[in-house]
Amino acid sequence: MPGPRTSSRTDKRERVNPAGEKAEPFVIKDCALVQIATGVRAQNLRELRDRLLAVHPGCIDYHFWGGLLRPSFDDPEYSNDFASWARHGLHDNKLAERLGMIDPAGFTDIEALRRELTDVLEQRIDEGEYLTWAKPEQQFQFIRAQIVVFDTGRILARPPELVAALPAMSAGSIYYHFVEARRRPPLRIDDFRSWLSRYGDAYSALGNALAEVDPYFTTLTDLRKELSRVVGRHLGAAS
Amino acid sequence: MSAFLGNYAAVAGEDVIRQLRQLCVPLKGLRVVHVNSTREGGGVAEILAKLVPFKQELGIRTRWEVLQGDEIFFDCTKRFHNALQGMTLDIAPALLKHYEEVNAENAERLRPQLEEADIVFVHDPQPAALIRHFPQRRAKWVWRCHIDLSHPHRSTWNYLRAFVSAYDASIFSLADFAQVLPHPVYLIAPSIDPLSEKNLELDRKEIDAECAQFQIDRGRPLMLQVSRYDRFKDPLGVIHVYRLVKEFAPSLQLVLAGGRATDDPEGAAVLAEVRAAAEGDGDIHVLQLPGDAHRTINALQRAADIVLQKSTREGFGLTVTESMWKGKPVIGGDTGGIRLQIVNHHTGFLVSTPEGAALRARYLLRNRDRLGEMGRKAQQFVRENFLITRHLREHLTLMVGLASGAADRLELE
Repeated sequence: MPGPRTSSRTDKRERVNPAGEKAEPFVIKDCALVQIATGVRAQNLRELRDRLLAVHPGCIDYHFWGGLLRPSFDDPEYSNDFASWARHGLHDNKLAERLGMIDPAGFTDIEALRRELTDVLEQRIDEGEYLTWAKPEQQFQFIRAQIVVFDTGRILARPPELVAALPAMSAGSIYYHFVEARRRPPLRIDDFRSWLSRYGDAYSALGNALAEVDPYFTTLTDLRKELSRVVGRHLGAAS
Repeated sequence: MSAFLGNYAAVAGEDVIRQLRQLCVPLKGLRVVHVNSTREGGGVAEILAKLVPFKQELGIRTRWEVLQGDEIFFDCTKRFHNALQGMTLDIAPALLKHYEEVNAENAERLRPQLEEADIVFVHDPQPAALIRHFPQRRAKWVWRCHIDLSHPHRSTWNYLRAFVSAYDASIFSLADFAQVLPHPVYLIAPSIDPLSEKNLELDRKEIDAECAQFQIDRGRPLMLQVSRYDRFKDPLGVIHVYRLVKEFAPSLQLVLAGGRATDDPEGAAVLAEVRAAAEGDGDIHVLQLPGDAHRTINALQRAADIVLQKSTREGFGLTVTESMWKGKPVIGGDTGGIRLQIVNHHTGFLVSTPEGAALRARYLLRNRDRLGEMGRKAQQFVRENFLITRHLREHLTLMVGLASGAADRLELE
């Protein structure tokens, strides 16, 4: 699995954790996205629903997860592009609020997430007396992304090393380990908690604290600061 | 690490260079050819002048070939350019025939290089028809569109689309520009090279000397637009902005600095119109600079108080990136790639009229602290998003993706 390395190259670095099990080192990865346009656009709610039913699954992924890696100065108002477009393209606050509360990590696969999205859209279409349109230059553009994952060459042997390593991680590393990891089966949790869980209860308090960190509504730079604070608080300066 | 890569690591970080090297591992041994229509002048030539040697330095065998055409050919492709950016104009069948003939001649001239390549990047409409002459090609062909294709004149786009559809992938700068095509359409923004003559640090003495040669008074505020003399760059609108601001800042000077690209026959006419509009005002400096005047442009951008890019259509607007890199907020037309760079009220201002540009210019001249703060944000924004290292990473990712069948996830060791 990503994060904790599973290849035989790591065997020499294995440590015995307090639970008596072997825990593998944490391999720090980095990542970048390359956007791919589909040319598919929507200008009103009905079009969004129709396009959503047929669009490449990667688009749904990208419009939920990809926003965090886009350059931004302000905290995002909504946690996904669909909600943001409902608010700023269609000026439909009710729809934006409902779409904004969909947590993509709560769905077992992308098709289940697609069904939830279309349900919300259809409910709103049923409620509406008329169809609102976005301006031509504010159409929703369906995009997907290719993710490329890099090996940074940096490895953490023990959890206390996170204290020094986290503040030095790139935005791409934070995205990969704390955000993107949540869409990877079977655990669908961030890589830090996944690694800590291999030490039994030794780091359960830290794991619980990390679970409280909402990766949305912030920039990756601020997210890195927050994670560093949480880890520092639990593990102190020891590394 | 070579000195070349070391210099970039110093600006962009060693991790970035490590990423590029990881991406090059699966590309080892591949031959890459870029084809465009001019060796100098304009953003495309500038990008290639940096991208090609960088790829070579990373061990990828990369060539840069230039299409050869006559005046009629470039007249035709300038019409393509205007029509694709939204002008309503029809192109005579005789011109289209000549366009295809020039591409056919160039296909024969470049056949050895293009047939031995593994990946061919064809830039913009001028060489787009080359692909027709390689029906048995084994290479992956990628069409790179640098222009604003958001509202193309339909008959011109339909004509070009017949050629472009045959490519294996295409690249656009923005989602707004992307058209529906039967292959993957990548979105990759262009970039600047922080170590080029145009962008490296200059000392004050050199900036003063460059300004002195054009009788620019360094003691008075300076407004600048750097761009080709092209109607879409709206140089006459810039003079209008200057006159509106001068009412409130009488000591203001304006510099319009442009060159002439060999593939742009319309430039001379636009330049004449600009000179006529500026006549009689000694504070307006209309400069026609040679293609290699990179340090001069660098100095002017560093000397400027207010930088404008008042385009009405813009593929990307590298001059915006260059000025932001020098710590200047930019007042730019709310169009195309300028929107991607100017985060309104953070790295500059997006405007729709000369009045809007004048208003923002007055604001920045009046609030120097704010100007400085926005300039610092602008420079950081470019460092994180628009340097050549990011551009190259996305190019290499695309190449690895094409070579591996465009998988959605690429894991590199």
